Amino acid sequence: MILLSPEWAALLYLVAAVCFILALQGLGKPASARRGNLIGAAGALVAVVTVFLSSKIDNLPWILATIVVGAAIAAPVSRRVKMTQMPQLVALFNGVGGGAAALVALLELSHSSSPWSALAVAFTVLVGAVSFSGSCITFAKLQELMPTRPIVFPGQPVVLGLVLAGALVSGGFVVATGSFVAVLVLLALGLATGVLLVLPVGGADVPIVISLLNAFTGLTVAASGLVLGNILLLVAGTLVGASGTILTRAMASAMGRSVTGIIFGAFKGGSTAGSTTVSDRPVRSSSAEDVAILLGYAQRVIVVPGYGLAVAQAQHTMAELAETLEAKGIEVVYGIHPVAGRMPGHMNVLLAEANVPYEKLLEMDEVNPQFKTADVALVVGANDVVNPAAKTTPGSPIYGMPILDVAAARQVVFLKRSMRPGFAGIENELLYEPQTTLLFGDAKDSLAKVLTAVKNI
Amino acid sequence: MDAITLLTIFVLAVFVGFEVVSKVSSTLHTPLMSGANAIHGIILVGAIIVAGQAEDVLVLVIALIAVLLATVNLVGGFVVTDRMLDMFSGRKKSSAAPKGEGK
Repeated sequence: MILLSPEWAALLYLVAAVCFILALQGLGKPASARRGNLIGAAGALVAVVTVFLSSKIDNLPWILATIVVGAAIAAPVSRRVKMTQMPQLVALFNGVGGGAAALVALLELSHSSSPWSALAVAFTVLVGAVSFSGSCITFAKLQELMPTRPIVFPGQPVVLGLVLAGALVSGGFVVATGSFVAVLVLLALGLATGVLLVLPVGGADVPIVISLLNAFTGLTVAASGLVLGNILLLVAGTLVGASGTILTRAMASAMGRSVTGIIFGAFKGGSTAGSTTVSDRPVRSSSAEDVAILLGYAQRVIVVPGYGLAVAQAQHTMAELAETLEAKGIEVVYGIHPVAGRMPGHMNVLLAEANVPYEKLLEMDEVNPQFKTADVALVVGANDVVNPAAKTTPGSPIYGMPILDVAAARQVVFLKRSMRPGFAGIENELLYEPQTTLLFGDAKDSLAKVLTAVKNI
Repeated sequence: MDAITLLTIFVLAVFVGFEVVSKVSSTLHTPLMSGANAIHGIILVGAIIVAGQAEDVLVLVIALIAVLLATVNLVGGFVVTDRMLDMFSGRKKSSAAPKGEGK
């Protein structure tokens, strides 16, 4: 049904594009972030309605039914997902977006009239497939369906090189001949590339890879806009590609890493240092009462929250413990590592939910000089972000990542589930230091016990 | 549309994309990534066009898969971003005074 002339459609697409720009801009500031997101959603709605009203759409019932099914799957999952699982959900959504772009381009190949358009098809299919399979691997890693440490097998760089070369050749075939078989080969090689690229990435680098794949998907959407001659897809995809690239770099630099270092770092032999198993060296483990005494007689406590706090949903207990200590005249602040948890800002969101005042959350640069005047550094479910190996062990997968300097505190208390190493799969020397005390158990249980004991002092 | 016009639009959009997200604090990196992720779900428009032109069953099935994936990306992306930002809202009230940014 064509109700709108091409001019009106173009105008409405322009409105949608402006909405997307305002959305990205709004999302960059805390006060306007939520409104920004809503503006983006409004823009998307305008665009989808426009396409239905402005082009000749057959199979309408099928399409509408599919959209309803998709929305009925996605909306409840997104509504109910646990905070700790948001990063993998974002990765998954990114992957399916890349997959959709690859399929659209695949089907458009037969309509493509010029070599340029065929080139855009080849690009979209390849990069969309990389984004899809790469995102699936990051999802599996974050969901712990597969090992989270870097996975490298002998000859991996050679295999990756061959696959990429094959992709270039089949891409060339697609452009030259428009062959449907070649584009299917390209799709398969793209899928393989995504897997090979993401397997060697481990530990705290995964969120950065999600962001990079997000930028990739943006570019594929832009390229499919070229294929379809749709300006909105071109603009929206380019916006995401460009902003995603900047964002990836900003995330990487917040961790002191380079993007190429993350993607290719594991190939350079850093992986072997990552595969340490749990050693049986003695550690000092103690009771909740002992920890309560350490805290109760301290003057300054710095809490370092990590993924364990998020998994255990212990943020409310943590906040209550901090308030109880403050009521006793003890100064409590939180040291927030930019990538503590599984994504940047994870801890801020979590503690904000427990109504921890914003002023108490100190960023890494701010809190690091304060550890030497702290009596106790209380590490709740964090590991890699306080691991001195980042400074001392050049072969380690996390080497070069800035860490929270908890070792400078007079006492270090780790609340941990077990001696299992952190997400990066490497052991933490700090656990064996003389000033370190460990309290084993689920973060919420441990904190509740410590809280009761503190109240009884 | 001719190639030069498309190239112009592309280049300008790159600069706008760079500009709108520069200087974002690390706290907002994740919602921003998630919001950008939702925006590329607009590939749904492309998927609808392709499905609307499908003439044989195989093409239609593949196009409908694309519609499904794109809808999941678009709807899920915006909803999960909203949820993420909802969790920030508790803080907004208590942070009227902006904290000293990156000393």
